Amino acid sequence: MSLITLNNLNMSYEGKRVISNLSLEIEEGDYLCIVGENGTGKTTLLKGLLGLKKIDSGSIVTKDGTSLEKIGYLPQQTPVQKDFPASVREVVISGTISGSVFKPFYSKKDKKKAIEAMKKLEIDHLSKKSFQDLSGGQKQRVLLARAICASQKVLVLDEPVNGLDSIAAQEMYEIIDKLNKDGITIIMISHDIKRVIKNSKHILHLGQQKTMFSGKSSEYKLAAENGGFWERNI
Amino acid sequence: MREIISDIFSYQFLSYGLIVGLCVSLCASILGVILVLKRYSMIGDGLSHISFGALALASVLGFAPLKVAIPLVALASILLLRFGGKIIKGDSLIAIISSSSLAVGILLISYFGSGTDMNSYLIGSLYAVEKNDVILSVVLSMAVMTIFILMYNRIFSVTFDEEFSRATGMKVNFYNTVIAILVSVTVVIGMRLMGALLISALIVFPAISSMRIFKSFFSVTVSSVIISAFCFLTGFCLSIIFDSVPAGSSVTLVNLFVFIVFSVIGAIRK
Repeated sequence: MSLITLNNLNMSYEGKRVISNLSLEIEEGDYLCIVGENGTGKTTLLKGLLGLKKIDSGSIVTKDGTSLEKIGYLPQQTPVQKDFPASVREVVISGTISGSVFKPFYSKKDKKKAIEAMKKLEIDHLSKKSFQDLSGGQKQRVLLARAICASQKVLVLDEPVNGLDSIAAQEMYEIIDKLNKDGITIIMISHDIKRVIKNSKHILHLGQQKTMFSGKSSEYKLAAENGGFWERNI
Repeated sequence: MREIISDIFSYQFLSYGLIVGLCVSLCASILGVILVLKRYSMIGDGLSHISFGALALASVLGFAPLKVAIPLVALASILLLRFGGKIIKGDSLIAIISSSSLAVGILLISYFGSGTDMNSYLIGSLYAVEKNDVILSVVLSMAVMTIFILMYNRIFSVTFDEEFSRATGMKVNFYNTVIAILVSVTVVIGMRLMGALLISALIVFPAISSMRIFKSFFSVTVSSVIISAFCFLTGFCLSIIFDSVPAGSSVTLVNLFVFIVFSVIGAIRK
Protein backbone atom coordinates (compact mmCIF):
# COMPACT_ATOMS: atom_id res chain seq x y z
CA MET A 1 0.00 0.00 0.00
CA SER A 2 1.18 3.51 -0.74
CA LEU A 3 2.31 5.78 2.05
CA ILE A 4 -0.36 8.37 1.26
CA THR A 5 -3.29 7.86 -1.13
CA LEU A 6 -5.55 10.66 -2.32
CA ASN A 7 -8.93 9.60 -3.67
CA ASN A 8 -11.05 12.02 -5.72
CA LEU A 9 -9.92 14.87 -3.55
CA ASN A 10 -11.76 18.18 -3.76
CA MET A 11 -10.58 21.28 -1.92
CA SER A 12 -11.41 24.98 -2.00
CA TYR A 13 -9.55 28.17 -1.25
CA GLU A 14 -11.67 31.08 -0.02
CA GLY A 15 -14.81 29.47 -1.33
CA LYS A 16 -13.39 28.77 -4.76
CA ARG A 17 -12.76 25.19 -5.84
CA VAL A 18 -9.05 24.81 -6.59
CA ILE A 19 -8.36 21.09 -6.27
CA SER A 20 -10.78 19.07 -8.31
CA ASN A 21 -11.09 15.27 -8.33
CA LEU A 22 -7.43 14.67 -7.62
CA SER A 23 -6.31 11.10 -7.14
CA LEU A 24 -2.70 10.36 -6.36
CA GLU A 25 -0.50 7.79 -4.70
CA ILE A 26 2.64 8.75 -2.86
CA GLU A 27 5.02 5.87 -2.21
CA GLU A 28 7.51 5.53 0.59
CA GLY A 29 10.79 7.17 -0.41
CA ASP A 30 9.07 9.16 -3.15
CA TYR A 31 10.20 12.61 -4.25
CA LEU A 32 7.11 14.41 -5.44
CA CYS A 33 7.20 17.92 -6.80
CA ILE A 34 4.05 19.99 -7.09
CA VAL A 35 4.26 22.68 -9.75
CA GLY A 36 1.78 25.05 -11.32
CA GLU A 37 0.84 28.69 -11.58
CA ASN A 38 -0.19 30.79 -8.61
CA GLY A 39 -3.73 30.17 -7.51
CA THR A 40 -3.87 26.56 -8.67
CA GLY A 41 -4.09 25.27 -5.10
CA LYS A 42 -0.57 23.98 -4.45
CA THR A 43 -0.39 25.27 -0.90
CA THR A 44 -4.03 24.36 -0.30
CA LEU A 45 -3.22 20.77 -1.24
CA LEU A 46 -0.23 20.67 1.12
CA LYS A 47 -2.36 22.04 3.95
CA GLY A 48 -4.92 19.36 3.24
CA LEU A 49 -2.20 16.71 3.52
CA LEU A 50 -1.09 18.17 6.83
CA GLY A 51 -4.61 18.32 8.18
CA LEU A 52 -4.47 22.11 8.41
CA LYS A 53 -7.33 22.60 6.00
CA LYS A 54 -10.62 20.78 5.59
CA ILE A 55 -11.21 18.84 2.41
CA ASP A 56 -14.55 19.26 0.63
CA SER A 57 -14.88 15.65 -0.42
CA GLY A 58 -12.80 12.59 -1.27
CA SER A 59 -10.26 11.13 1.10
CA ILE A 60 -6.66 11.14 2.21
CA VAL A 61 -5.63 7.68 3.40
CA THR A 62 -2.30 6.96 5.02
CA LYS A 63 -0.55 3.63 5.31
CA ASP A 64 -1.43 1.78 8.52
CA GLY A 65 -3.35 4.90 9.46
CA THR A 66 -0.04 6.67 10.15
CA SER A 67 -0.96 9.95 11.75
CA LEU A 68 -0.57 13.00 9.54
CA GLU A 69 1.03 14.62 12.56
CA LYS A 70 4.11 12.55 11.87
CA ILE A 71 4.85 14.68 8.83
CA GLY A 72 7.61 17.28 9.03
CA TYR A 73 6.51 20.59 7.61
CA LEU A 74 8.57 23.46 6.23
CA PRO A 75 6.11 26.34 5.90
CA GLN A 76 6.87 29.65 4.27
CA GLN A 77 8.50 32.09 6.66
CA THR A 78 6.24 34.56 8.43
CA PRO A 79 6.84 38.27 9.13
CA VAL A 80 6.82 37.54 12.90
CA GLN A 81 10.00 35.49 12.52
CA LYS A 82 11.99 38.41 11.13
CA ASP A 83 12.80 39.94 14.51
CA PHE A 84 11.92 37.02 16.75
CA PRO A 85 14.50 36.46 19.48
CA ALA A 86 15.23 32.74 19.24
CA SER A 87 18.45 30.79 19.06
CA VAL A 88 18.92 28.20 16.33
CA ARG A 89 18.81 25.46 18.93
CA GLU A 90 15.54 26.73 20.36
CA VAL A 91 13.92 26.69 16.93
CA VAL A 92 15.22 23.27 15.91
CA ILE A 93 14.32 21.48 19.12
CA SER A 94 10.78 22.88 19.02
CA GLY A 95 10.24 20.42 16.18
CA THR A 96 10.29 17.55 18.66
CA ILE A 97 7.12 18.76 20.38
CA SER A 98 4.23 16.48 19.60
CA GLY A 99 0.67 17.67 19.83
CA SER A 100 -0.70 14.41 21.11
CA VAL A 101 1.61 13.83 24.09
CA PHE A 102 1.93 16.51 26.74
CA LYS A 103 5.44 16.73 28.11
CA PRO A 104 6.36 20.03 29.72
CA PHE A 105 10.09 19.76 29.09
CA TYR A 106 12.41 18.34 26.43
CA SER A 107 13.80 14.89 27.12
CA LYS A 108 17.38 13.74 26.52
CA LYS A 109 16.13 11.99 23.40
CA ASP A 110 14.65 15.25 22.09
CA LYS A 111 17.93 17.05 22.66
CA LYS A 112 19.84 14.32 20.85
CA LYS A 113 17.40 14.46 17.96
CA ALA A 114 17.91 18.21 17.65
CA ILE A 115 21.70 17.88 17.65
CA GLU A 116 21.56 15.15 15.01
CA ALA A 117 19.24 17.23 12.81
CA MET A 118 21.57 20.22 13.09
CA LYS A 119 24.57 18.07 12.18
CA LYS A 120 22.73 16.63 9.21
CA LEU A 121 22.07 20.10 7.84
CA GLU A 122 25.53 21.36 8.81
CA ILE A 123 24.25 24.08 11.09
CA ASP A 124 25.50 22.67 14.39
CA HIS A 125 28.12 25.42 14.62
CA LEU A 126 25.28 28.00 14.51
CA SER A 127 23.38 26.40 17.37
CA LYS A 128 23.74 29.37 19.73
CA LYS A 129 23.35 32.03 17.03
CA SER A 130 20.19 34.06 16.83
CA PHE A 131 17.73 33.02 14.12
CA GLN A 132 17.10 36.61 13.08
CA ASP A 133 20.80 37.22 12.33
CA LEU A 134 21.13 34.31 9.87
CA SER A 135 21.19 34.51 6.07
CA GLY A 136 18.15 33.37 4.10
CA GLY A 137 19.72 30.03 3.25
CA GLN A 138 20.76 29.36 6.84
CA LYS A 139 17.27 30.21 8.09
CA GLN A 140 15.74 27.68 5.71
CA ARG A 141 18.18 25.04 6.91
CA VAL A 142 17.20 25.72 10.50
CA LEU A 143 13.51 25.35 9.64
CA LEU A 144 14.28 22.20 7.69
CA ALA A 145 16.17 20.80 10.68
CA ARG A 146 13.09 21.55 12.79
CA ALA A 147 10.95 19.64 10.29
CA ILE A 148 13.33 16.67 10.50
CA CYS A 149 12.93 16.70 14.29
CA ALA A 150 9.20 16.36 13.73
CA SER A 151 9.52 13.50 11.24
CA GLN A 152 12.25 11.26 9.93
CA LYS A 153 9.86 9.82 7.36
CA VAL A 154 7.93 12.42 5.39
CA LEU A 155 8.79 16.06 4.76
CA VAL A 156 6.38 18.55 3.23
CA LEU A 157 8.15 21.63 1.88
CA ASP A 158 6.37 24.76 0.74
CA GLU A 159 8.65 26.57 -1.72
CA PRO A 160 11.86 25.86 0.18
CA VAL A 161 14.02 28.07 -2.03
CA ASN A 162 11.67 31.05 -2.10
CA GLY A 163 13.66 34.26 -1.65
CA LEU A 164 17.05 32.55 -1.74
CA ASP A 165 19.84 33.61 -4.09
CA SER A 166 20.88 31.06 -6.71
CA ILE A 167 23.80 29.65 -4.73
CA ALA A 168 21.76 29.20 -1.56
CA ALA A 169 18.92 27.71 -3.61
CA GLN A 170 21.33 25.24 -5.19
CA GLU A 171 22.60 24.20 -1.75
CA MET A 172 19.05 23.81 -0.50
CA TYR A 173 18.15 21.51 -3.39
CA GLU A 174 21.28 19.45 -2.77
CA ILE A 175 20.29 19.01 0.88
CA ILE A 176 16.78 17.96 -0.10
CA ASP A 177 18.14 15.48 -2.65
CA LYS A 178 20.41 14.05 0.02
CA LEU A 179 17.58 13.69 2.52
CA ASN A 180 15.57 11.82 -0.11
CA LYS A 181 18.51 9.50 -0.81
CA ASP A 182 18.60 8.78 2.93
CA GLY A 183 15.07 7.44 2.57
CA ILE A 184 12.92 10.40 3.57
CA THR A 185 9.81 10.89 1.45
CA ILE A 186 9.73 14.42 0.04
CA ILE A 187 6.64 16.34 -1.04
CA MET A 188 7.62 19.77 -2.28
CA ILE A 189 6.15 22.81 -4.00
CA SER A 190 8.54 24.52 -6.37
CA HIS A 191 8.56 27.02 -9.20
CA ASP A 192 11.91 25.91 -10.49
CA ILE A 193 10.69 23.39 -13.06
CA LYS A 194 14.01 22.77 -14.78
CA ARG A 195 15.74 21.98 -11.51
CA VAL A 196 13.06 19.70 -10.13
CA ILE A 197 12.63 17.67 -13.32
CA LYS A 198 16.20 16.50 -12.81
CA ASN A 199 15.95 15.37 -9.21
CA SER A 200 12.38 14.56 -8.35
CA LYS A 201 10.81 11.18 -9.07
CA HIS A 202 7.25 12.33 -9.65
CA ILE A 203 5.65 15.56 -10.72
CA LEU A 204 2.16 16.83 -10.13
CA HIS A 205 1.36 19.80 -12.32
CA LEU A 206 -1.76 21.61 -11.18
CA GLY A 207 -3.77 23.84 -13.52
CA GLN A 208 -6.93 25.83 -12.95
CA GLN A 209 -9.22 23.28 -11.29
CA LYS A 210 -7.65 20.40 -13.15
CA THR A 211 -4.57 18.23 -13.07
CA MET A 212 -2.32 19.04 -16.02
CA PHE A 213 0.10 16.21 -15.38
CA SER A 214 0.67 13.57 -12.78
CA GLY A 215 3.35 10.98 -13.24
CA LYS A 216 7.04 10.28 -13.51
CA SER A 217 9.41 13.20 -13.84
CA SER A 218 11.10 11.61 -16.85
CA GLU A 219 7.77 11.45 -18.69
CA TYR A 220 7.02 15.02 -17.71
CA LYS A 221 10.36 16.04 -19.17
CA LEU A 222 9.62 14.27 -22.46
CA ALA A 223 6.20 15.86 -22.71
CA ALA A 224 7.63 19.27 -21.97
CA GLU A 225 10.38 18.85 -24.56
CA ASN A 226 7.85 17.92 -27.20
CA GLY A 227 6.31 21.32 -26.75
CA GLY A 228 3.87 19.80 -24.31
CA PHE A 229 1.42 21.26 -21.88
CA TRP A 230 3.74 23.45 -19.93
CA GLU A 231 4.40 26.04 -22.60
CA ARG A 232 0.79 25.99 -23.73
CA ASN A 233 -0.61 26.62 -20.36
CA ILE A 234 1.78 29.03 -18.78
CA MET B 1 17.27 53.19 52.37
CA ARG B 2 16.95 51.90 55.90
CA GLU B 3 14.03 54.29 56.43
CA ILE B 4 12.23 52.91 53.41
CA ILE B 5 12.66 49.36 54.59
CA SER B 6 11.43 50.16 58.06
CA ASP B 7 8.52 52.05 56.48
CA ILE B 8 7.56 49.02 54.44
CA PHE B 9 7.47 46.84 57.51
CA SER B 10 5.71 49.31 59.75
CA TYR B 11 2.97 50.25 57.29
CA GLN B 12 1.17 47.09 56.34
CA PHE B 13 -0.33 48.50 53.15
CA LEU B 14 3.17 49.12 51.87
CA SER B 15 4.21 45.51 52.30
CA TYR B 16 0.95 44.45 50.64
CA GLY B 17 1.71 46.72 47.73
CA LEU B 18 5.23 45.40 47.51
CA ILE B 19 4.14 41.76 47.40
CA VAL B 20 1.34 42.24 44.90
CA GLY B 21 3.46 44.55 42.77
CA LEU B 22 6.32 42.09 42.54
CA CYS B 23 3.98 39.23 41.66
CA VAL B 24 2.30 41.25 38.95
CA SER B 25 5.60 42.53 37.56
CA LEU B 26 6.92 39.00 37.17
CA CYS B 27 3.78 37.72 35.45
CA ALA B 28 3.47 40.76 33.22
CA SER B 29 7.08 40.54 32.10
CA ILE B 30 6.95 36.92 30.91
CA LEU B 31 3.59 37.35 29.22
CA GLY B 32 4.82 40.60 27.72
CA VAL B 33 7.47 38.75 25.73
CA ILE B 34 4.78 36.74 23.97
CA LEU B 35 2.40 39.65 23.46
CA VAL B 36 5.09 41.87 21.97
CA LEU B 37 6.14 39.09 19.58
CA LYS B 38 2.55 38.42 18.60
CA ARG B 39 2.21 42.15 17.84
CA TYR B 40 -0.35 42.53 20.61
CA SER B 41 1.47 45.14 22.69
CA MET B 42 -1.63 47.26 23.09
CA ILE B 43 -3.78 44.47 24.42
CA GLY B 44 -2.68 45.16 28.00
CA ASP B 45 -3.85 48.72 27.64
CA GLY B 46 -7.17 47.64 26.17
CA LEU B 47 -7.72 45.00 28.83
CA SER B 48 -6.97 47.40 31.65
CA HIS B 49 -9.69 49.72 30.38
CA ILE B 50 -12.09 46.81 30.20
CA SER B 51 -11.00 45.90 33.69
CA PHE B 52 -11.76 49.46 34.79
CA GLY B 53 -15.30 49.13 33.45
CA ALA B 54 -15.70 45.75 35.14
CA LEU B 55 -14.42 47.00 38.49
CA ALA B 56 -16.77 49.98 38.31
CA LEU B 57 -19.65 47.61 37.62
CA ALA B 58 -18.63 45.43 40.56
CA SER B 59 -18.43 48.37 42.94
CA VAL B 60 -21.84 49.69 41.85
CA LEU B 61 -23.43 46.28 42.29
CA GLY B 62 -21.56 45.70 45.52
CA PHE B 63 -19.76 42.54 44.37
CA ALA B 64 -16.19 41.56 45.10
CA PRO B 65 -14.19 43.45 42.48
CA LEU B 66 -11.75 40.75 41.34
CA LYS B 67 -14.42 38.09 41.05
CA VAL B 68 -16.37 40.21 38.59
CA ALA B 69 -13.44 41.67 36.73
CA ILE B 70 -11.37 38.54 36.05
CA PRO B 71 -14.05 36.56 34.15
CA LEU B 72 -15.22 39.62 32.20
CA VAL B 73 -11.71 40.63 31.20
CA ALA B 74 -10.80 37.03 30.37
CA LEU B 75 -13.79 36.85 28.06
CA ALA B 76 -12.85 40.10 26.34
CA SER B 77 -9.26 38.99 25.99
CA ILE B 78 -10.21 35.65 24.43
CA LEU B 79 -12.41 37.52 21.98
CA LEU B 80 -9.61 39.90 21.11
CA LEU B 81 -6.82 37.32 20.80
CA ARG B 82 -8.80 34.68 18.97
CA PHE B 83 -11.30 36.55 16.90
CA GLY B 84 -9.68 39.96 16.59
CA GLY B 85 -9.08 40.81 12.96
CA LYS B 86 -11.87 38.67 11.57
CA ILE B 87 -14.60 41.33 11.69
CA ILE B 88 -12.73 44.49 12.59
CA LYS B 89 -8.93 44.89 12.37
CA GLY B 90 -7.20 43.86 15.62
CA ASP B 91 -5.98 47.24 16.81
CA SER B 92 -9.22 49.04 15.93
CA LEU B 93 -11.17 46.41 17.81
CA ILE B 94 -9.01 46.94 20.90
CA ALA B 95 -9.59 50.70 20.63
CA ILE B 96 -13.35 50.31 20.29
CA ILE B 97 -13.77 47.89 23.17
CA SER B 98 -11.37 49.63 25.53
CA SER B 99 -12.72 53.15 25.08
CA SER B 100 -16.28 51.91 25.41
CA SER B 101 -15.52 50.07 28.66
CA LEU B 102 -13.73 53.12 30.00
CA ALA B 103 -16.79 55.21 29.17
CA VAL B 104 -19.14 52.72 30.82
CA GLY B 105 -16.94 52.63 33.91
CA ILE B 106 -16.79 56.41 34.23
CA LEU B 107 -20.55 56.67 33.68
CA LEU B 108 -21.32 54.06 36.34
CA ILE B 109 -19.01 55.58 38.92
CA SER B 110 -20.13 59.17 38.26
CA TYR B 111 -23.83 58.44 38.19
CA PHE B 112 -24.14 55.94 40.99
CA GLY B 113 -21.16 57.49 42.75
CA SER B 114 -20.98 54.81 45.39
CA GLY B 115 -18.08 56.50 47.08
CA THR B 116 -15.64 54.78 44.74
CA ASP B 117 -12.46 56.68 44.11
CA MET B 118 -12.14 56.74 40.33
CA ASN B 119 -8.55 57.93 40.53
CA SER B 120 -7.41 54.87 42.42
CA TYR B 121 -8.53 52.72 39.50
CA LEU B 122 -7.19 54.96 36.78
CA ILE B 123 -3.88 55.92 38.29
CA GLY B 124 -3.46 53.11 40.78
CA SER B 125 -2.48 53.34 44.38
CA LEU B 126 -0.43 51.52 46.97
CA TYR B 127 -3.26 52.16 49.40
CA ALA B 128 -5.80 50.30 47.29
CA VAL B 129 -4.42 46.86 48.11
CA GLU B 130 -6.25 44.98 50.84
CA LYS B 131 -5.36 41.79 52.65
CA ASN B 132 -7.78 39.60 50.69
CA ASP B 133 -6.36 40.99 47.49
CA VAL B 134 -2.85 40.05 48.58
CA ILE B 135 -3.68 36.39 49.11
CA LEU B 136 -5.65 36.12 45.89
CA SER B 137 -2.98 37.97 43.94
CA VAL B 138 -0.18 35.78 45.21
CA VAL B 139 -2.12 32.60 44.45
CA LEU B 140 -3.07 33.77 40.98
CA SER B 141 0.43 34.94 40.14
CA MET B 142 1.85 31.61 41.24
CA ALA B 143 -0.69 29.91 38.99
CA VAL B 144 0.25 32.13 36.05
CA MET B 145 3.96 31.45 36.53
CA THR B 146 3.46 27.69 36.96
CA ILE B 147 1.29 27.37 33.88
CA PHE B 148 3.76 29.44 31.88
CA ILE B 149 6.72 27.31 32.94
CA LEU B 150 4.90 24.04 32.20
CA MET B 151 3.83 25.26 28.77
CA TYR B 152 6.96 27.26 28.02
CA ASN B 153 8.20 25.10 25.12
CA ARG B 154 4.78 24.92 23.52
CA ILE B 155 4.12 28.61 23.95
CA PHE B 156 7.43 29.27 22.23
CA SER B 157 6.54 27.02 19.33
CA VAL B 158 3.06 28.48 18.90
CA THR B 159 4.36 32.03 19.05
CA PHE B 160 7.22 31.38 16.64
CA ASP B 161 5.23 29.47 14.05
CA GLU B 162 1.52 28.79 14.35
CA GLU B 163 1.26 26.84 11.10
CA PHE B 164 4.08 24.48 11.97
CA SER B 165 2.74 23.92 15.47
CA ARG B 166 -0.70 23.19 14.09
CA ALA B 167 0.81 20.68 11.66
CA THR B 168 2.42 18.77 14.54
CA GLY B 169 -1.02 18.43 16.07
CA MET B 170 -0.77 21.11 18.71
CA LYS B 171 -4.02 22.77 19.70
CA VAL B 172 -2.91 26.27 18.81
CA ASN B 173 -6.22 27.87 19.74
CA PHE B 174 -6.08 26.27 23.15
CA TYR B 175 -2.68 27.82 23.84
CA ASN B 176 -3.82 31.20 22.57
CA THR B 177 -6.78 31.00 24.92
CA VAL B 178 -4.54 30.07 27.83
CA ILE B 179 -2.31 33.06 27.08
CA ALA B 180 -5.39 35.31 26.90
CA ILE B 181 -6.60 34.14 30.31
CA LEU B 182 -3.18 34.52 31.93
CA VAL B 183 -2.90 38.05 30.58
CA SER B 184 -6.35 38.98 31.86
CA VAL B 185 -5.65 37.71 35.35
CA THR B 186 -2.39 39.64 35.43
CA VAL B 187 -3.96 42.86 34.19
CA VAL B 188 -6.84 42.76 36.64
CA ILE B 189 -4.59 42.13 39.64
CA GLY B 190 -2.06 44.70 38.52
CA MET B 191 -4.32 47.59 37.72
CA ARG B 192 -5.25 48.34 41.34
CA LEU B 193 -1.61 49.10 41.90
CA MET B 194 -0.44 50.44 38.56
CA GLY B 195 -3.72 51.93 37.42
CA ALA B 196 -5.62 51.30 34.22
CA LEU B 197 -3.55 53.92 32.45
CA LEU B 198 -0.13 52.45 33.16
CA ILE B 199 -0.49 48.66 33.41
CA SER B 200 0.54 48.12 29.82
CA ALA B 201 3.96 49.54 30.69
CA LEU B 202 4.56 46.52 32.91
CA ILE B 203 3.74 44.23 30.01
CA VAL B 204 5.57 45.92 27.17
CA PHE B 205 8.67 47.64 28.58
CA PRO B 206 10.65 44.73 30.09
CA ALA B 207 10.20 42.61 26.94
CA ILE B 208 11.14 45.41 24.56
CA SER B 209 14.15 46.38 26.68
CA SER B 210 15.44 42.79 26.79
CA MET B 211 15.05 42.39 23.04
CA ARG B 212 17.44 45.32 22.51
CA ILE B 213 20.27 43.19 23.86
CA PHE B 214 19.29 39.54 24.12
CA LYS B 215 18.63 37.37 21.10
CA SER B 216 17.36 34.02 22.32
CA PHE B 217 13.87 33.37 23.65
CA PHE B 218 15.16 32.02 26.94
CA SER B 219 17.53 34.91 27.63
CA VAL B 220 14.87 37.46 26.67
CA THR B 221 12.36 35.83 29.02
CA VAL B 222 14.77 35.60 31.94
CA SER B 223 16.09 39.13 31.52
CA SER B 224 12.54 40.50 31.23
CA VAL B 225 11.75 39.01 34.60
CA ILE B 226 14.87 40.51 36.16
CA ILE B 227 14.36 43.92 34.55
CA SER B 228 10.75 43.96 35.61
CA ALA B 229 11.53 43.12 39.23
CA PHE B 230 14.32 45.70 39.34
CA CYS B 231 12.16 48.44 37.83
CA PHE B 232 9.29 47.70 40.13
CA LEU B 233 11.42 47.77 43.28
CA THR B 234 13.16 50.97 42.23
CA GLY B 235 9.90 52.65 41.23
CA PHE B 236 8.25 51.46 44.42
CA CYS B 237 10.98 53.01 46.58
CA LEU B 238 10.83 56.24 44.58
CA SER B 239 7.12 56.44 45.15
CA ILE B 240 7.67 56.16 48.89
CA ILE B 241 10.46 58.73 48.88
CA PHE B 242 8.47 61.23 46.81
CA ASP B 243 5.37 61.02 48.87
CA SER B 244 2.64 61.94 46.45
CA VAL B 245 3.90 60.11 43.36
CA PRO B 246 1.77 57.03 42.55
CA ALA B 247 3.78 53.84 42.10
CA GLY B 248 2.38 53.32 38.59
CA SER B 249 4.00 56.49 37.39
CA SER B 250 7.41 56.00 39.01
CA VAL B 251 7.64 52.31 37.97
CA THR B 252 6.80 53.23 34.38
CA LEU B 253 9.44 55.96 34.29
CA VAL B 254 12.12 53.64 35.67
CA ASN B 255 11.13 51.18 32.93
CA LEU B 256 11.48 53.93 30.33
CA PHE B 257 14.92 54.75 31.69
CA VAL B 258 16.04 51.11 31.50
CA PHE B 259 14.66 50.88 27.96
CA ILE B 260 16.74 53.89 26.89
CA VAL B 261 19.88 52.49 28.51
CA PHE B 262 19.36 49.07 26.88
CA SER B 263 18.67 50.66 23.50
CA VAL B 264 21.93 52.59 23.68
CA ILE B 265 23.88 49.47 24.69
CA GLY B 266 22.18 47.50 21.90
CA ALA B 267 23.03 50.18 19.34
CA ILE B 268 26.68 50.37 20.42
CA ARG B 269 27.03 46.59 20.22
CA LYS B 270 25.88 46.60 16.60
